[in-house]
Amino acid sequence: MLILARRIGESIMIGDQIEISVVDIKGDQVKLGINAPPQVKVYRREVYTAIQEENRAAAAAAPKSLPRIEGLLEKKSPSGAQPPPRGLPPGGSASGSGSSQSGS
Amino acid sequence: MTMKIRTKPYGELEIEERQRLIFPRGIFGFEELREFALLDSAQPPFYWLQSLQRMEIAFVLIDPLFFRADYTPDVDPAELREIEIKGPEDMLVFAIVTIPEDSSRMTANLQGPLLINRRTSVGRQSISTNPRWGVRHTILEELALARRGA
Repeated sequence: MLILARRIGESIMIGDQIEISVVDIKGDQVKLGINAPPQVKVYRREVYTAIQEENRAAAAAAPKSLPRIEGLLEKKSPSGAQPPPRGLPPGGSASGSGSSQSGS
Repeated sequence: MTMKIRTKPYGELEIEERQRLIFPRGIFGFEELREFALLDSAQPPFYWLQSLQRMEIAFVLIDPLFFRADYTPDVDPAELREIEIKGPEDMLVFAIVTIPEDSSRMTANLQGPLLINRRTSVGRQSISTNPRWGVRHTILEELALARRGA
């Protein structure tokens, strides 16, 4: 791996069309500015990895016989399981729904 | 024209040529898999994306609009151009579903939608640029919310 030291305001070129500059450094966080042609897609590595891993999990889990959504919904709703409040990311804070259940 | 294929969920199956899809770059984590068949499942609203190269690899798909009426893939227009999608009428959108042992916890990946050009049968997995969409949306919870009109 090529390793280069850069200061704030300095940049590197990848080929002649992609420029990555160091915009700011605060503590352990570096802000990068990226100039690239539109056909070059730039993602945070975690996003890419998360999708790869989710694909692998989906392929490994896929059961031969699929569940019936309506059946599962009927089973779920009478038990009064509270879905998380709208606006929270999936799997987000459980404390919101927990407090609303404790009153009943 | 039909062709005979081997599938994970249903064994040997005859499919129509138009069910055959090409993903020139594979899908993330399975870059070597380029040929698939899109199968209706016995259990709507699910579909199967069956690899034609590795019989044991098949993905469960769902139309995201089934449980998120507000879903739009929000991908970089360059990705649409890459598979020659010119308008919404050209495009099929699916999300890959992960079904754990407790199937009521099944999730759909809305951050990495599969986009398919229905005219050319060429598809790709894209990455949504909209931070609202994650890789694990719990289908039943979001469907229950939608039905309660919340």
